[in-house]
Amino acid sequence: MTRKTIAVDYLARVEGEGGFTVKVKDGRVAGVKVNIFEPPRFFEAFLRGRLYGEAPDITARICGICPVAYQMSAIHAMEDAFGVTVAPGVRTLRRLLYCGEWIESHALHVFMLHAPDFLGYEDAIRMAVDHGDVVKLALRVKKIGNEVMRVVGGREVHPVNMRVGGVYRAPARGHLEALVPDLRWAQGAAAEAVRFTAGLPFPDFERDYEFVALRHPDTYAIEDGRIVSSRGLDIAIRDYTQWFVEEHVQHSHALHSSLKGRGAYHVGPLARYNLNFDRLPAHVQDLAREAGLGPACRNPFKSIVVRAVELLYACGEALRLIEEYERPDPPVATISPRAATGHGCTEAPRGILYHRYRLDDLGVIQDAKIVPPTAQNLTTMEQDLAAFAEPRLKMPLDKLTWQCEQAVRNYDPCISCATHALKVRIEEE
Amino acid sequence: MARKRKPTLAVWKFASCDGCQLSLLDCEDELLEVAALVEIANFVEASRAVQKGPYDVSLVEGSITTSHDAERIHQVRRASKKLVTIGACATAGGIQALRNFRNVREFTSIVYASPQWIETLSKSMPIADHVFVDYELRGCPINKYQLLEVLGAILQGRKPALPSHGVCVDCKLNGTVCVTVASGTPCLGPVTHAGCGALCPSFARGCYGCFGPKATPNTSALATFWAEGGMRRLDIVRAFRSFNASAEAFRRESEIHDA
Repeated sequence: MTRKTIAVDYLARVEGEGGFTVKVKDGRVAGVKVNIFEPPRFFEAFLRGRLYGEAPDITARICGICPVAYQMSAIHAMEDAFGVTVAPGVRTLRRLLYCGEWIESHALHVFMLHAPDFLGYEDAIRMAVDHGDVVKLALRVKKIGNEVMRVVGGREVHPVNMRVGGVYRAPARGHLEALVPDLRWAQGAAAEAVRFTAGLPFPDFERDYEFVALRHPDTYAIEDGRIVSSRGLDIAIRDYTQWFVEEHVQHSHALHSSLKGRGAYHVGPLARYNLNFDRLPAHVQDLAREAGLGPACRNPFKSIVVRAVELLYACGEALRLIEEYERPDPPVATISPRAATGHGCTEAPRGILYHRYRLDDLGVIQDAKIVPPTAQNLTTMEQDLAAFAEPRLKMPLDKLTWQCEQAVRNYDPCISCATHALKVRIEEE
Repeated sequence: MARKRKPTLAVWKFASCDGCQLSLLDCEDELLEVAALVEIANFVEASRAVQKGPYDVSLVEGSITTSHDAERIHQVRRASKKLVTIGACATAGGIQALRNFRNVREFTSIVYASPQWIETLSKSMPIADHVFVDYELRGCPINKYQLLEVLGAILQGRKPALPSHGVCVDCKLNGTVCVTVASGTPCLGPVTHAGCGALCPSFARGCYGCFGPKATPNTSALATFWAEGGMRRLDIVRAFRSFNASAEAFRRESEIHDA
């Protein structure tokens, strides 16, 4: 009887602390655990007693990589609770800020965190020795995403300009227009990124996921829409908890999510792409096809190409938003707190991020629930590892371990988010 | 002639959001130059290659919230010639230090169905409560230019040039109209350490204290001024109790009003 363990104690190139263990017995995978050891920080607990207006800035601190996603889901939940409608210019600014975060986060993950796996480098800095132009291009694209966040939000990590009902200060058109030349360049660079990622070697691996994402009648959904799935789910955001459940498992500081009665599901770029391909502009669809992606893609390793496609989309969308921007005056709607429960869900770079708040008549938070994308993908990640490792158990252990790491990084997991961590371990007992 | 060894840099994470170490990757224009000057020997968020210590410089993000981490920070200190804490979590306990004012058992049962599986300390503590710290960089998040300044200073063997004044001074330097004087907006600027460039007032909003208390903060005068303006007691507590809630001056002031 042979037993072995594929183990990564502290997974690199992800946000936060975690690892995984694949236990192997008699040539079969006997168990997979993604371990999250990032210390818990108890956001849902200390949000109780805070004012509605504080939630966007407090929840932003769950994640330094996608603070905008937290701010937006929190803001939308509060606006849902109080029945607030915001000015069109505010909606434009929020989506533009969100595009900045997508550009920054996707450029970081595609080139700095994920591409080194495909090309066999330990990190992007070592990759830069042989692929200096690619790394420099990535850093410039990333910087442009950050620049969008600085102009609209004030800074790239934990922006300060978003508030319930609107923004603190609406930028003048001229300030946004100054971003146009850089965004045009970034659009060209993103198209190169799509071609570059399409040429990477992909393991032959597909699974029949239930993809879950937001879907909007007109646009590629980012900050608004209904929650839909590839197996026919189509619900309003406020019905989220009727369909999705969270479970506390012993090996993890992150709660694991599942669809009631259906099990694991998949959120993030691949889910969005599969569900909303028809909402991408024609030129983006064409380039995706040229890159060998059809309207459907079930190989999670190709998520790197899909992220590049979304990078291209976000650059073009940012340009469109700047074009249509009209400065809102006043920049914020009047808020009248009332006792109510509000729901918000937006597409963080890693997938849907759901917030729910119960508020009293003064707008004080009585109860908070936050479900980050990485927690929703944890079970799917574990299933991917099992399905991926089993036919490859004869590979040398160091090579298989690295490929398993890559399989987890397909999800761009954010462990800081999931605990509101990842470690890899392949064990042969 | 033997080639001079590049100084080694390590980045460590404790309880935090990763935003401060991301600031290093956000140095897009400088990252490759930094990488040319120092050997990035241990930076798990960026690389799977991890070299053993000792390290010339360690950047530490996050606060101490578990007994395991309370042990681990001593190992980090032993392996580091210079230790720099980065951000509000590492320097003051961060937003998660809100637990310090409450019962952590109750907190655990609010978030987790099986609280007995969760091992956590009753308080979130700054790194300096556990080990000697050479330099502290404040902020939620840190200012990446201050990070480059500290790294540059250590490499050159000089003292880093970091501001010690309050946010108010930066507003004057920027020519930003005072939000309190002009529109009565409560602002923590008078008692908060500079570093962000007085960002919030430039967006017509009051400072909310990301960089924590400045060297000589008159928090009681500010709280009295707010109370006279009609601010409710609980709102004064909330204002001092956010990302630097456990920093001494802010903690004391919030406790006075939380009687």
